[in-house]
Amino acid sequence: MSTARAAVAAVVDPEIRVITIDELGILRAVDEDPATGRVTVTITPTYTGCPAMDVIRADIRRALAAAGHPDAEVRTVHAPAWSTDWISERGRAKLAEAGIAPPPPAASGGVVPLTLAVRCPRCGSPETEQISRFGSTACKALWRCRDCAEPFDHLKAL
Amino acid sequence: MSARSEPVLRAPQSRTKTSPVSASGPFEFTLALGDDALVAAQRLAEWTSRAPEMEEDVALSNIALDQLGAARLLLTYAGELEGAGRDEDALAYLRDDREFRNCLLVELPNGDFAVTMAKLFFLAAYQLPLYTALAGCGDEQLAAIGGKARKESAYHLDHAALWVRRLGDGTGESHRRMQAAVDGTWPYVHELFAADPAAPVDPATLRADFDATVTTVLAEATLTRPESGWAPAGGRDGVHTEHLSYLLAEMQVLHRAHPGARW
Ligand SMILES: [Zn+2]
Repeated sequence: MSTARAAVAAVVDPEIRVITIDELGILRAVDEDPATGRVTVTITPTYTGCPAMDVIRADIRRALAAAGHPDAEVRTVHAPAWSTDWISERGRAKLAEAGIAPPPPAASGGVVPLTLAVRCPRCGSPETEQISRFGSTACKALWRCRDCAEPFDHLKAL
Repeated sequence: MSARSEPVLRAPQSRTKTSPVSASGPFEFTLALGDDALVAAQRLAEWTSRAPEMEEDVALSNIALDQLGAARLLLTYAGELEGAGRDEDALAYLRDDREFRNCLLVELPNGDFAVTMAKLFFLAAYQLPLYTALAGCGDEQLAAIGGKARKESAYHLDHAALWVRRLGDGTGESHRRMQAAVDGTWPYVHELFAADPAAPVDPATLRADFDATVTTVLAEATLTRPESGWAPAGGRDGVHTEHLSYLLAEMQVLHRAHPGARW
């Protein structure tokens, strides 16, 4: 992995700081022009209105500058649209560890997938219920565990 | 069919009619969709900190944010199509009411919670098939925006339909108010489907999908689908209700008072 790629891949999501933008699947490409050294980073938003995008762009530029790549451009693309299926296994494990239930697989056919049992990230119980399909950030829903009574965030399938 | 003696939703004032912009090129079409999303976002955001419960507050704010996200993409692209150097901010903050192309439905006041849900339900039942059709259209940019926005739109429709069912099939009072909200907003849905064969997606082709959704959900909610009669329109030609002017005044005042301000 190039130093540019490594630097960008390590940038964390500003709203869910346990996971990197690479693990979240929003980092689409890091291209370095061998002649000029210019780095072009391609990212895609989780949700169209994601307010973290400006911060992510700034963090990417800062990380590249620190790694010796001051000449950088960050591009945003919207197609193909981000899917929670792009979150890596490592990313899912980190989310669960942080008390955020990872998303179920997004259905390929329908736009909104069927709800599968969501396990409580604290006690592992499948006895959980949705309190609200909209949570603290655009990508999360609010759930509660019927066994340990803890409310928790759930990254909803998209 | 029930008629409210005191309409919360007023008809557009008759004004001097300008010649309507009937032919929709990609610019007018994209602008209209962007304006729908922008005005809907502004209205939904009015609920922030005043929704009936905390979870609903978060939900409405989230949906507002999604609409704003779609509006930014659409208006940015509309600016590129126009080629006159206007960006998303110029289009959102520096146009007057007569230059907005949003449908009347989104500019209507929020009313009570039932009216807000009726408006959101009809809007989402239109936007979901619209964005889905856009995702497959020939314009690469619009296809990308449609592919992205339709996923979010599906959640909006799901949420609004849930409330329409809950309120419609709830108490006598919630049923009465939900039915009144449906009756009051229904006349405004027809404008959404005015035929425009030249547009990237002809809105008339979305009507069957919309009707199927509405018929199913209203039946489940034990609500009566209103008869179609009076069909106010004009939003796509820039002829709006007086409500839009107040909304824009609030939305634009800061930007106009401090042009180019940053923080
Ligand atoms: Zn638990």
